[in-house]
Amino acid sequence: MLKITNLKASLEEEDKQILKGIDLEIGEGEVHAIMGPNGSGKSTTSYVLSGKGGYVVDEGSATLDGVDLLDMEPEERAAAGLFLAFQYPVEIPGVGNMTFLRTAVNSQRKARGEEELNAAEFLKLVREKAKSLKIDADMLKRPVNVGFSGGEKKRNEILQMAMLEPKMCILDETDSGLDVDAMKLVAEGVNALRDGKRSFLVITHYQRLLDHIKPDVVHIMSAGKIIKTGGPELALEVEHNGYADLLNEVA
Amino acid sequence: MALTEKLADATEALITAYPAPQGEGKWATDARSNALATLRENGAPTRRDEYWKFTNPSTLIGTASSAAIMHAEEKPVFDDIDKLLVVFVDGVYRADLSDDLTIEGAAIETLQDAMAKDIHWAKDVYGVLEANGQSPVSRPLAALNTATATEGLVIHVTGKVSKPVAIRYVRQNTDTDVMVHHAVKLEEGADITVLENGPAAARFNSCLEVDVADTASFHHARAQGRDHERCAATHMFARLGKESSFKSFTLTVNGALTRNEAVIEFTGDDAMASVSGACAGDGAFHHDDTVFITHDAVNCESRQVFKKVLRNGATGVFQGKILVQQIAQKTDGYQIAQGLLLDDDSNFLAKPELEIYADDVICSHGSTVGAVDETALFYLTSRGVPKAEAQDMLVLAFMDEGIQEIEDEAIADDIRERLGAWVERRRD
Repeated sequence: MLKITNLKASLEEEDKQILKGIDLEIGEGEVHAIMGPNGSGKSTTSYVLSGKGGYVVDEGSATLDGVDLLDMEPEERAAAGLFLAFQYPVEIPGVGNMTFLRTAVNSQRKARGEEELNAAEFLKLVREKAKSLKIDADMLKRPVNVGFSGGEKKRNEILQMAMLEPKMCILDETDSGLDVDAMKLVAEGVNALRDGKRSFLVITHYQRLLDHIKPDVVHIMSAGKIIKTGGPELALEVEHNGYADLLNEVA
Repeated sequence: MALTEKLADATEALITAYPAPQGEGKWATDARSNALATLRENGAPTRRDEYWKFTNPSTLIGTASSAAIMHAEEKPVFDDIDKLLVVFVDGVYRADLSDDLTIEGAAIETLQDAMAKDIHWAKDVYGVLEANGQSPVSRPLAALNTATATEGLVIHVTGKVSKPVAIRYVRQNTDTDVMVHHAVKLEEGADITVLENGPAAARFNSCLEVDVADTASFHHARAQGRDHERCAATHMFARLGKESSFKSFTLTVNGALTRNEAVIEFTGDDAMASVSGACAGDGAFHHDDTVFITHDAVNCESRQVFKKVLRNGATGVFQGKILVQQIAQKTDGYQIAQGLLLDDDSNFLAKPELEIYADDVICSHGSTVGAVDETALFYLTSRGVPKAEAQDMLVLAFMDEGIQEIEDEAIADDIRERLGAWVERRRD
């Protein structure tokens, strides 16, 4: 599904390399987690993959089902099936959540040569998905993320994911700013999308999200590289001992 | 030649360029001679005047441009709204193209008919609000308008008018230099919506005077026509009584030069006024909103919300003043003017002013200028929305705060549709 090979990337503004050679392969239907201390390059990985401006790829490749992601515009990557759930979902005053969702869904369908959803079809679909995420009609009517609580913003991300039905989902610290109940709700939303085909990359600081979204593989990232890969037990180890031991082990 | 003599010459030249109307009623003749005296005293506008620093008045007073290209509108703005339509062609009222002027709650006459009479209620409004608005800042083009305009409507509103009075300015000839003057008087509790749309002329000078009595409401929305090289100087003067409300929104797309002045005075307590606008300019486009709001009563709320999207060297100007007199305690004044520059060649010039003599007031003002928010753009594109479309969404969202000032949803949606089309036509 997603194959990252020796990916090196720098900040455009300053001559500073953040990613220093990432190798990662996620198979169909797999859930991988990336953990690591602050500043290790976890979020940068998600930005470079989804095409955020301000980064320069120095070396390496990233492909989704064999298609080169790094050469595409963000909207093309999305249409190809990549989705990033933002750590800080952006507030957009003046753009209605519904309008945004419908434009996004239909833009992707159009880009893939599929038929666009009409208003009625779309409404039915969005209501159904919103209900399971406990997103009420009022939240759908409001401008994108404006006045949403932290939990509402994250649920809104998962709603977008559910509507867009991507192949490959990257969740960037989706647990940050969530209380236990909100986290459970978000995790349930994610788990509902696990169908054996869709793949996930879950970026997190803490093991607790992984109690709810069980990963197949856990990677530890530090200083722009993946320094260790293992099963779910690796996340527990981090939870108990912190990153220090692991970092020493590698050094 | 001394500066003052030069100015006097320019002023006389301006006056002689427009023929003095003949054979009118006494009240009209008086109003005109007062306005002429004001104009002579203050002189024609020059670049040296403080409020003409950002906008060159010469194209508004010299020979009118003859080559202004006419734009054929697919469908006039407000066309789908149930309305009483009044049509002016090249600045001249056309009964044959207009609806019957009879409507419940208001008496509508043409300015010409009103001026022919010796006694008319309009004497308390026509030129009177305009004269009040001549200090502390003079508005010579408004005085010129009062002195010479023969076309327009006078509307006496006594009740709740069921549908908007929609004035449509049609332009047929290229080199038209048109003046229109409307006077509206609302009695206590009266309520009317006035709409204006269309390019009017190669050069257009308009005055709208609105006297809003206690508890009355005046709603106004206009769309200035899309002719590229047209220029316009418009003036609104409003006087607000107790618990009254006044709301005016202006949409401007295209036009080489537009100067929209609004002068609002609160004379009764607990009233509210909103003056807002959204403009979108591409290339040879200069758009100036100059607003002066005087709070001379207790507990009144005023809002100024202006949004300007500019590209390819377009210029947006905002000069907005809130004057709070000593008695005007509990004033709530809000003012925001924002420019969204779609490239490095465009300009947004803002001069917000607050002058406050009362101590228990809330007045806020904000002027910002910036480019499209990259973070929001990335968010939208990461969801699959193509960049051009995402930018359009953000541009429209930016202008929406201005459009939200319009109370009537159907009118607001019509404006949104127009802006949406404008934005789409100009995709990179």
